Amino acid sequence: MKAVITVIGCDKIGIIASITGVLAKANVNILDISQTIMQNIFSMIMLVDVSNMSCEFSELSDQLKRAGEELGVDIRFQREEIFTSMHRI
Amino acid sequence: MFNVNEILETINMISEENLDIRTITMGISLRDCASDSSKITGQKIYDKIVRKAHNLVKTGEDIERDFGIPIINKRISVTPIAIVAESSDEENYAVFARVLDDAAKAVGVNFIGGFSSLVHKGYTKGDRLLIKAIPEALSETERVCASVNVATTKAGINMDAVKEMGYIIKECAERTKDKGAVACSKLVVFSNVPEDNPFMAGAFHGIGEPECVINVGVSGPGVVAHALNKLDGADLGTVAETIKKTAFKITRMGQLVAQEASNRLKVPFGIVDLSLAPTPAVGDSVARILEAMGLEKCGAHGTTAALALLNDAVKKGGVMASSYVGGLSGAFIPVSEDAGMIEAVMSGALSIEKLEAMTCVCSVGLDMIAIPGDTPASAISAIIADEAAIGMVNSKTTAVRIIPVPGMKEGDVVEYGGLFGRAPIMSVNPFSSENFINRGGRIPAPLQSLKN
Repeated sequence: MKAVITVIGCDKIGIIASITGVLAKANVNILDISQTIMQNIFSMIMLVDVSNMSCEFSELSDQLKRAGEELGVDIRFQREEIFTSMHRI
Repeated sequence: MFNVNEILETINMISEENLDIRTITMGISLRDCASDSSKITGQKIYDKIVRKAHNLVKTGEDIERDFGIPIINKRISVTPIAIVAESSDEENYAVFARVLDDAAKAVGVNFIGGFSSLVHKGYTKGDRLLIKAIPEALSETERVCASVNVATTKAGINMDAVKEMGYIIKECAERTKDKGAVACSKLVVFSNVPEDNPFMAGAFHGIGEPECVINVGVSGPGVVAHALNKLDGADLGTVAETIKKTAFKITRMGQLVAQEASNRLKVPFGIVDLSLAPTPAVGDSVARILEAMGLEKCGAHGTTAALALLNDAVKKGGVMASSYVGGLSGAFIPVSEDAGMIEAVMSGALSIEKLEAMTCVCSVGLDMIAIPGDTPASAISAIIADEAAIGMVNSKTTAVRIIPVPGMKEGDVVEYGGLFGRAPIMSVNPFSSENFINRGGRIPAPLQSLKN
């Protein structure tokens, strides 16, 4: 099972470090990362494999949300199907 | 490999343009709950609803969190109670409304639909008792919704039922006059009612439906309006094409959620309802879509044409996105629940007559319209008759959910809050329909050929 993490907010040091730290602890493998900065708005999209995740989906979702609050950025953690079903036939 | 723009587009639709799943509705058959004792029938109804739906709200919340898409309502529809209750010795069917209300509260759904009766050709004993109990049922329960089907294309219009519903609506209003006649907002009078509609207040679980089923209603007027706002000056073919593409994307969300809910609850997936359902939230309005097409205000000449285009394009886009489509499937035009409609009424651009014309080309009918409290029952019946005639002749669903607010007159505004919004009181034609309505009887089914 795959999921997509999106991070949107002001750019600052340590965003990726903080998020990947949370993911590593939960045994989540990162498959792909894409990052852009437009007019100082940082946006990062991460495709991750959650099949061997060591905690519940909801638990990781809460941890990422907390990390986002500490960093002052907006983090979403969503199952991949929501994007594939909308944009792929 | 993922595409960044696609992901951001989806996230933007949800966070900025109010894309949501409006409702996951579990349909539950209560046909096996009939018995000759009122008490046993009530107990069976309660037990079955709680047994089937105890996990519905939690499952909805889980899906919401896993996919990051808001699911606004989790609801239940049941077999029309007139059918289930008919064998019992109960004379006051409001008893069963209280059972439904208790069951809804026990499982945590915000509405339960199916305090209903189908009388398009005539009444049975159960129909008569159910309709009589509607005012008490809706004024003394919180979550129960009622509906009555008074016409079909194949049977014609039961004008005796139309006449009675005028009085029932007035009584509902009177019994809840201190709450803006809120009971009327939970009562829909239909022509050609669909049996798998997931949207309240008109949902019930039809007699041709399976034991238990999951139906999903999507929403997203804001997403369509946003897409159209980018099309400055494009021709209407391009507008229709854009709506189709947007409707496809919105409906795919509904299909995904419906399938997921069906799997997790181990209940078969019924249909996705392709309706565009507005809410009072800013930017979640069907009226704004029509205005984005170039009308100064919803209700201006051209509104019916714009709505016809919108309704058709939504269906064309949505049909391909879902394996099973049903319910009402069309743009809703409730006045109180749509910020653009409210504004159009208040500025004098939109009247009941124009809304009636609009219902010829879209779902569902005269919906959430507040009228003066002193409107006679016969005028309300006549409004229902007009709307039923449109549905009957055009082989489509039409409905009336109208609220004669006691003590209020044209220009006043009644506030409901939440999804029901606020309704400006609209003027009603002052000339009498009394003698026409008093004739009663049935309007015969219309000819289905020689169409002109």
